[in-house]
Amino acid sequence: MAVFEAKNIQKSFGKTEVLKGVSFEIEKGEVLCVIGSSGSGKTTLLRCVNFLETPDKGQFFLNGNLLFDASDKTAKTDAEIRQKRLHFGLVFQSFNLFPQYTALQNVSLAPLLLAKERPDYKENKNRIKEEILQHSSELLVKVGLSDKMGNYPCQISGGQQQRVAIARALALKPDMLCFDEPTSALDPEITVEVLSVMKELAAEDMTMLVVTHEMGFAREVSDKVIFMDDGIIAEQGNAEAVFGNPKSKRLQEFLSVMK
Amino acid sequence: MGFWEVTLSLLGGLEYTCLIFALTLVLALPLGLVIAFGSMSKFKPLAYVVKTFVWIIRGVPLMLQVIIFFYVPGFLLGTPILSRFASVIAAFVINYACYFSEIYRGGIESIPRGQYEAGQVLGMTKTQVFFKVILMQVVKRILAPMSNEVITLVKDTALARVIMIVEVIQAAQNFAGYGLMWPLFYTAVFYLAFVGILTILFGYFEKKLDYYKI
Ligand SMILES: Nc1ncnc2c1ncn2[C@@H]1O[C@H](COP(=O)(O)OP(=O)(O)O)[C@@H](O)[C@H]1O
Ligand SMILES: [Mg+2]
Repeated sequence: MAVFEAKNIQKSFGKTEVLKGVSFEIEKGEVLCVIGSSGSGKTTLLRCVNFLETPDKGQFFLNGNLLFDASDKTAKTDAEIRQKRLHFGLVFQSFNLFPQYTALQNVSLAPLLLAKERPDYKENKNRIKEEILQHSSELLVKVGLSDKMGNYPCQISGGQQQRVAIARALALKPDMLCFDEPTSALDPEITVEVLSVMKELAAEDMTMLVVTHEMGFAREVSDKVIFMDDGIIAEQGNAEAVFGNPKSKRLQEFLSVMK
Repeated sequence: MGFWEVTLSLLGGLEYTCLIFALTLVLALPLGLVIAFGSMSKFKPLAYVVKTFVWIIRGVPLMLQVIIFFYVPGFLLGTPILSRFASVIAAFVINYACYFSEIYRGGIESIPRGQYEAGQVLGMTKTQVFFKVILMQVVKRILAPMSNEVITLVKDTALARVIMIVEVIQAAQNFAGYGLMWPLFYTAVFYLAFVGILTILFGYFEKKLDYYKI
């Protein structure tokens, strides 16, 4: 069964229809890459999945259970939305690290705040905090930043910042991790270090939804590829089919430009 | 009239200067934040009302506001309700809260949306995002304009004398009645010392926040 399924997602901003009915599913441990030209609605799709935008139509399912239904107009409380968000992590194109916190603090902030809601927090405060800090530093080691834990974002390179952001998104143990062009703001030689962290995650069977312009990466790592064009999924399939044997003219054009 | 006698008398006035300064700061800093939230409210009528209020308060001389707070309630109700000192504090707090609110608003609006979104996506509540992520960045951004306002406040306290509060300048002016002018010039020393301390303090805060860049 799919970990996550989006069904007929539609979203307009005023009169502009940005998503015109997007459906896809993603199995546990799969990597789904989303490609497509600028303006085709990829970012909007990820923002919908992470509840930063509310779709006008469509549903999301998590492990087969309805998570979100646009036709259900009963007002959702912030707490409910927050609960749903916790199933997903999002890595932004522009990192969005918190500048006033060290790498370790960036990673541990949200788990520490969330832990306060645990019923046993008061009794086991110190142990819980210690566990979170332990887990956060393990994540930073995992993304290759064991020597940068105490550094502030302004003191490390873009590639290192993005790796902190990945560790931060992993800290809440999401069911699925989303990436929005995680390397677009980086120099080519730095892109490699971020992509290799992502490949490592893929190898560890992290479920990932990745918007990317790195065709080599998409081809190598994806279990499935979606080509978005003007708010719809114009073509989808496994990496070999999409890259090796593109059917639509739009995808052929897109791929020839991306090379 | 000796130097020490004058100094003591001016120090008496300085007490009021300091009191007005401190009370205004303590009350106007949080009130300004409330006003800032009001002016940024998504509920448009509230935002318009607050913005109009800020426009009026910033558009009328503070001296006039002090006079209005002291005389107008008494004029309307037949009996004064606020003491001289309370009128000054009320006028100063409201006036400075409005100036502060605009500084806060500028600071808050200058924080990129991605900072809010990063916090939200990590499951933080709106309150947590504001207090744990946004606020410190705002503080850093507004430190310079705030220090300007605070230094202006030191000197604005002299306006209290329009309703006969004996702050430093009024204390000095009382000597003019005896033909002594120098105490008035002497007050500059007090202001300079006051502002000097504040400058050092703000410099210290700025250094404290120097460890990160926005
Ligand atoms: N908040 C918004 N308000 C209005 N239009 C938007 C907004 N966000 C995105 N759009 C529009 O939606 C379209 C798709 O944008 P986006 O999802 O960012 O595409 P992509 O990530 O594929 O480049 C663009 O035309 C963009 O201008
Ligand atoms: Mg985009």
